[in-house]
Amino acid sequence: MFLLIRWLLRRRRDRKAAAPEAPPTSNGTLGLVLHQTRYDLIGFLRNRQARFFTLVLPLLFLVIFVGVFGNHTVRSTGVKASTYYVPGISALGLIASSFVNLVISITAQREAGILKRRRATPVPAWVLIAGRSLTAIAVSLVVMSVLLAVGRFAYGVHLPTSTIPGIAVSAIVGSVTFCVLGYALSSAIRSEDAAQPMVQAIMLPLYFISGVFIPNVNLPSWMRHVAELFPVQHLADALHHAYDPATHGIGLVWTDLAVLAAWMVGGLVVALRRFSWTPLARGA
Amino acid sequence: MTAGRSGRTVAGMTETVITVKGLAKRYGSFEAVRGIDLEVHRGEIFAFLGPNGAGKTTTVEILEGFRRPTAGEVSVLGTDPAQAGADWRNRVGAVLQESQPEVGLTVRECLRLYAGYYDAPRSIDETIALVGLEEKADTLGDLLSGGQRRRLDVALALIGDPELIFLDEPTTGFDPSARRAAWSVIDGLRSLGKTVFLTTHYMDEADQLADRIAVIAGGEIVAEGTPLTLGGRDRLAATITFTAPGGIGASDLPEPLRSLADPNSNGTVSIRTESPLMHVRDLADWASASGFDLPDLDVRRPTLEDVYLALTELGKES
Repeated sequence: MFLLIRWLLRRRRDRKAAAPEAPPTSNGTLGLVLHQTRYDLIGFLRNRQARFFTLVLPLLFLVIFVGVFGNHTVRSTGVKASTYYVPGISALGLIASSFVNLVISITAQREAGILKRRRATPVPAWVLIAGRSLTAIAVSLVVMSVLLAVGRFAYGVHLPTSTIPGIAVSAIVGSVTFCVLGYALSSAIRSEDAAQPMVQAIMLPLYFISGVFIPNVNLPSWMRHVAELFPVQHLADALHHAYDPATHGIGLVWTDLAVLAAWMVGGLVVALRRFSWTPLARGA
Repeated sequence: MTAGRSGRTVAGMTETVITVKGLAKRYGSFEAVRGIDLEVHRGEIFAFLGPNGAGKTTTVEILEGFRRPTAGEVSVLGTDPAQAGADWRNRVGAVLQESQPEVGLTVRECLRLYAGYYDAPRSIDETIALVGLEEKADTLGDLLSGGQRRRLDVALALIGDPELIFLDEPTTGFDPSARRAAWSVIDGLRSLGKTVFLTTHYMDEADQLADRIAVIAGGEIVAEGTPLTLGGRDRLAATITFTAPGGIGASDLPEPLRSLADPNSNGTVSIRTESPLMHVRDLADWASASGFDLPDLDVRRPTLEDVYLALTELGKES
């Protein structure tokens, strides 16, 4: 995935400025990506608001929803409420760290001139993008592990051992997709203050119609059709399937991954056309 | 310091670091920069002065590679900045007009992060010491004062050990003591042998730091020179000011002083002259002959600010 982003960014950079960039050794650039990831992670962990919305809030949602529905088998889904909500809220946690947090932090960094200052250094653009995305993926995986651990020990949720490959692939494809969409959306938001309400306004309705908060078999069919168009539904569905104790095999839902990949490509096109390293609010 | 500076300037630094010929930048129908020429030599502090909106930041952003010129030739360290890659960026540092510290990182962590971007970074502790942030090394960037943030910005621009440093209005919004501290940092760059391209709208800053100055107004260079000679400052009229004792006014002065004299509203009299020594002597002869002293006698050269205001007014008219 990163190779794809890297290749596209290279191509774009080459087209924009026909200067050959000294190709750094692969070991050196991988090291540089990890260097960037490390400091992005430190910055994330020191941000109280980011910690709350990404790590604490999903846990609260899990406790609240399992409490509301009671931890017994829900007729419409055929599984216990906790078995239903661990993957659903995992989707929310993944989106909180890959999309919500990324849009807010990238917009803030751009408007504060931080991205521009980084671009005045020799660091390649794709290293900055890869480092920030790796941070989001790492946080997503941690949130999902915490939700699963709490689900296991507090609610006796089934541990999906045979479908771990399906969970991992869905989580990584989902996380990369939402990172790319985050970069695309940040290009349309002009100020840090507008970022938080904007991402919530987009995501909250989608959570409700995509089976994250309410099992979507309870929804009217037109609403389900609308949800089918958006990536949240497909991420939630892929995770629901992979966590379902009745699932055999490695737990991959190819159609869901295909829709996520399509959104990733769309997001990439927008991000490559529109993404700005310099503040939008000021200057010509 | 001034002696050291002019010594350096005279020492014949011929290597050009920045060459700009006929540079123009248009935004729609607005011509921000109208065909300017510039030359900056290795090891000098070059101040680029001008009022807000004169084209300073547009020019510096073209030199930094952030904007593309509409017309003209630009060469920075032998390369067109718009085409430059990582090798070039390894040799250039930039303090942007507005940029905040990295979110959630301490001063030292910010510098570690940026040090990783460069091939041959400077020592982190030395760089922190150079900008005087030793006490704040483990403080979060968000908790620094405005002046300290700016010094962190300078440290981040220096961490890659660049040959050329752009400083875009580095002391805007500083209190006087923070400004003095920043000046000593910038002056320290000179002793490291760096070339500095400084934009500012503070005359005292340019006067204090620069080897050479160019003034831009309305997108055009209206003057170029050293702080002492800019705009013919060394040849401009001086002003003699004094208060004569009770009842004696400008009209009581002997010629040629009488026709040069201007009474001021606060009771003082000013004489503008290109021969200050001769006219002070005439004034002294007259006062001693009349039996009084002139205790508040003042002879003042035009300041760089006087020259600058005259120049930028001209720029507006053209």
